[in-house]
Amino acid sequence: MQDLFFYLFAALTLLCGFLVVANPFSRNPVTSAMFLALTIVSMAGLFVLLHAFFLAAVQILVYAGAVIVLFLFVIMLLDLKEEQRRTANKFGIVTGVISVGAITVILIKTIFESHATATVATPALEGATQPLGRMLFNDYVLPFEILSVLLLVAMVGVILLSKKDLR
Amino acid sequence: MHIGLEHYLVVSALLFCLGLLGVVLRRNLLVIYMSLELMLNASNLALVAFSRFNGHLNGQVMVLFIITVAAAEVSVGLALIVALYRKRQTAHVEDLTTMKL
Repeated sequence: MQDLFFYLFAALTLLCGFLVVANPFSRNPVTSAMFLALTIVSMAGLFVLLHAFFLAAVQILVYAGAVIVLFLFVIMLLDLKEEQRRTANKFGIVTGVISVGAITVILIKTIFESHATATVATPALEGATQPLGRMLFNDYVLPFEILSVLLLVAMVGVILLSKKDLR
Repeated sequence: MHIGLEHYLVVSALLFCLGLLGVVLRRNLLVIYMSLELMLNASNLALVAFSRFNGHLNGQVMVLFIITVAAAEVSVGLALIVALYRKRQTAHVEDLTTMKL
């Protein structure tokens, strides 16, 4: 049953990811954003299969809830109608596909060559919220605080960047 | 066949390469940004899988941090794109050649 769900979610993730980058039917950024949302949701399903329930919830809330909405908002703001008619050059496409394919082959081969701690059949760990929070506020307090400062910096930067008279 | 660490790592690697393909091939700044998000998500999946199959939670904490940094990155990047569009009226990478020698 779990295996079936793994294959379902993995296939859905990869299919929607492919449709984000190379949709044969439309080159509209809005469709890409929608398929990105589908990718995020099916990846949250994979997180649930990995018993990372809190991360699955955060994934849906932050990505599908905030990031995709931000993307859609900017797409609507920019009104990118005339970008669709461009044709890419063949040489760039061919060399890009070849190099990315080579990197894919290297990655997959590396994964199958290394028989690391691969087959731990029954991991005892449950990725519940409570041990995650305890770890976050005991061992990782300093990175957590630095991240809060980073969010503040990003907020100030965005406000400064979107002022009317950008010098 | 039982689902092991390798299955998740293969999915993660394929997703990462799809994102890379998008960054290399597409010419729209917004779609390039979405492909970057795809790559970040692939690394998240690999970290969660490692965390699950090694039996400790460090990977999940790292994923939480990555999600936060990605949200900050997206907000700043989209603000940059909007500022750029306001100045140059384009979101197409081949039109942005100011720094070309």
